[in-house]
Amino acid sequence: MNNFSYLNDLIIPGSIIIAQILAVLMPVLISVAFLVYAERKVLALIQLRRGPNVVGPFGILQSFADALKLLTKENIVPANSNKIVFLLAPIITMVLSLAGWAVIPFAPNWVIADINVGIMYLFAVSSLGVYGIIMAGWASNSQYPFLGALRSAAQMVSYEVSIGFVIITVLLCVGSLNLTKIVEAQETVWFAIPLLPMFVVFFISALAETNRLPFDLPEDESTLVAGFFTEYSSASFVLFFLGEYASMILMSSMTVILFMGGWLPPFDIFPLNAIPGVIWFVIKIIFILFLFIWVRGTFPRYRYDQLMRLGWKIFLPLSLLWVVLTAGFLIAFDMVPNSL
Amino acid sequence: MIKYIKSFTLFELLQGMFLTLKYMFKAKVTINYPHEKGPLSPRFRGEHALRRYPSGEERCIACKLCEAVCPAQAITIEAEPREDGSRRTTRYDIDMSKCIYCGLCEESCPVDAIVEGPNFEFATETREELMYTKEKLLENGDRWEHEIAQNIYLDRKYR
Repeated sequence: MNNFSYLNDLIIPGSIIIAQILAVLMPVLISVAFLVYAERKVLALIQLRRGPNVVGPFGILQSFADALKLLTKENIVPANSNKIVFLLAPIITMVLSLAGWAVIPFAPNWVIADINVGIMYLFAVSSLGVYGIIMAGWASNSQYPFLGALRSAAQMVSYEVSIGFVIITVLLCVGSLNLTKIVEAQETVWFAIPLLPMFVVFFISALAETNRLPFDLPEDESTLVAGFFTEYSSASFVLFFLGEYASMILMSSMTVILFMGGWLPPFDIFPLNAIPGVIWFVIKIIFILFLFIWVRGTFPRYRYDQLMRLGWKIFLPLSLLWVVLTAGFLIAFDMVPNSL
Repeated sequence: MIKYIKSFTLFELLQGMFLTLKYMFKAKVTINYPHEKGPLSPRFRGEHALRRYPSGEERCIACKLCEAVCPAQAITIEAEPREDGSRRTTRYDIDMSKCIYCGLCEESCPVDAIVEGPNFEFATETREELMYTKEKLLENGDRWEHEIAQNIYLDRKYR
């Protein structure tokens, strides 16, 4: 009897959770490979080049070939580095960028952990990402990674402040921290429309948060070689790379959930609402990721002081002002959700 | 005022993004090199070749003008009268690692014997293979005769 209860209490729920985790993470990791390919292809199109077109049909297997090449190489650990921290850093980056997926609702009830503080969890996990970078920069014991890590830390901290206020404006309109509730609150209109300035601020801050161009100063090729992962090679480099692109997808799914109505179709009319929610969700994520790549193909890199100026002198006052405006608007027109 | 409106509506940034979007639908400028090749001028100066007359007789009369004009001194010619009394080369070597592909040898040739053909894919793995002998040059001439003759025909107005 005792054995059976053990089975029922631990093994079956445990294996269900593991299956759920795999069902979320495998597509995420595979889509990272295709995102890298899509990025190279879109940049090539913008620059009138062809991009990868040799491995597999239209070169779609290029990322897998690259991964295979990197994984068979030697993992070089610099002699003067702090070896434990050095090897721990990519693992932390990778794990954190995957951990955020636990609370992402792909469709109604399609979520691993439907916790009531989902958005706080997501925000916390994406903020922790800076630790992997700082550890990598410090443990490498070399000047370029160190400078890259310092830049990254300052940048992520400054943009998180405005991201925090943007999230607060959304929460004011929803009245819940639960991501599913946030999506459901956008049934009438996506928040991207009434909160358009905040949507733009959030998108630009997301670029800075994921160290993407035009804010890729932590890994700025022309001044810092490769920034915080200059000293990394082989599998640990792959982990950084995967982590970075996975957090890019995570940030775009966060954008979709907060502003573009998650799994909801753009209009609740017949041919559109017949398509399953998860497909709408994926389409919207692909659109945001395309924006990420498009921006990369268009704009030059910011200077570091300009980056800080944008974060603290423009985005912070703007988002603060919008918090006040939104709160005032909701109270004035008596539209506060869940008022007690 | 207009400046502030412009910067807060991201007007110029959106203009830039629209420009790159337009470029995405333009024709690509890259060609798939080993499978596709760019156009070549009839005057293209590639790998050298020694031509023959249609009868099969070699054109070169060993006047050594090319050897004299070669600025890189890449050409070495030795000559003596053949059994039938005509003057021919016994040795015609071009050091392709010295050659600067200036085309003066083909300009100077009175009988269009030495020419630079349209072939540019003759990279080798050793230096020795780049020391071209008379046999190699005649063989090139036989292989590329059709293209070379056509190029000379296309360029006839300017010669």
